[in-house]
Amino acid sequence: MSAPRRPTNPSGLERYYVLTKGRSGPGGSASSLDVATLIVSRTAPAPGFQHEHEEILRRCRDPLSAAELGAHLGLPFNILAVLLTDLLEAGHVEARDPIPAHGAGSGPDLALLEEVLSGLQRL
Amino acid sequence: MDFKGFDRPGGPGGGGTRSVKVMIAGGFGTGKTTMVRSVSDIKPLTTEETLTEASADVDRLIGVADKTETTVSLDFGKISLNDTLMLYLFGTPGQERFWFLWNGLFKGALGAVVLVDTRRLASSFRAIEEMERQNVPFVVALNVFPDSKEYPLEEVRDALDISPHTPIVACDARDRASSRDVLVALIRHLKERSAVPLESR
Ligand SMILES: Nc1nc2c(ncn2[C@@H]2O[C@H](COP(=O)(O)OP(=O)(O)OP(=O)(O)O)[C@@H](O)[C@H]2O)c(=O)[nH]1
Ligand SMILES: [Mg+2]
Repeated sequence: MSAPRRPTNPSGLERYYVLTKGRSGPGGSASSLDVATLIVSRTAPAPGFQHEHEEILRRCRDPLSAAELGAHLGLPFNILAVLLTDLLEAGHVEARDPIPAHGAGSGPDLALLEEVLSGLQRL
Repeated sequence: MDFKGFDRPGGPGGGGTRSVKVMIAGGFGTGKTTMVRSVSDIKPLTTEETLTEASADVDRLIGVADKTETTVSLDFGKISLNDTLMLYLFGTPGQERFWFLWNGLFKGALGAVVLVDTRRLASSFRAIEEMERQNVPFVVALNVFPDSKEYPLEEVRDALDISPHTPIVACDARDRASSRDVLVALIRHLKERSAVPLESR
């Protein structure tokens, strides 16, 4: 169900504060992060990495959506976005936005729609 | 998990994996979560958004005084369309007043399915308005419940006040094939739409 809930972990807020070093929202390159953006690691975690950063790099060896990553790590999207900003800025991960039905300025991507359609029909 | 190395020539793992997303919208209790579950390849997950500056209004509605933090979750699922293309499905929060949290929730989506329970047509009005406002192409899926009456589709179209070009299909959100067919109807609609000049839509 999608009814609003209180955070189950009472110390949750404190934990998020620590994780994000008090930053409340993503800026820069992660501000456009979409729930369906695919995250791919570009480097292996190095010693001294923050635990969550390491975890992200480990889980994104194969591309994983930001939504899945957040669900696996148990982090709300906006907190995850802050962590991803760090990794993006340091070049440790790459982000690929979902492909919209039409590219900017160009017409609708018929080849893409056809590809989606044939994938669905194979289900 | 597949532990691929990081040393592949030409950069990161995953080659050219791409994603597309489709939103599953509709009124409260119309079957959004059910549909995401029934078509997903993965065990459906939820992602959460934290609302830190709850307005007095939101606080009152959720019945918690002095609340500064609330969490709204979004169900999602994934369908692997082929080796390099993933379709992500996101069920919107049932309560539309939380949609603002999902900044750009519909941005970058191919389109949306708006689920409608014909016993409570009005519960999906807001979702339809929102699609029209944000210019998101959509299909209407009538989720059939045991005591749903069968209305002629044109009557439903009229009641929902949607354009004659917007497809309306009946479905059983609990059934994978039926939910898949709704997605097929959406993609076909997107293709047809693209064949028509913008002004005449
Ligand atoms: N008979 C029948 N029942 C359904 C169908 N789809 C959903 N249901 C039931 O209807 C209820 C509501 O379904 P949900 O999938 O939770 O609806 P929702 O739109 O996600 O609800 P909210 O997130 O609360 O807005 C559940 O008890 C489902 O089992 C359907 O196609 N047929
Ligand atoms: Mg739901």
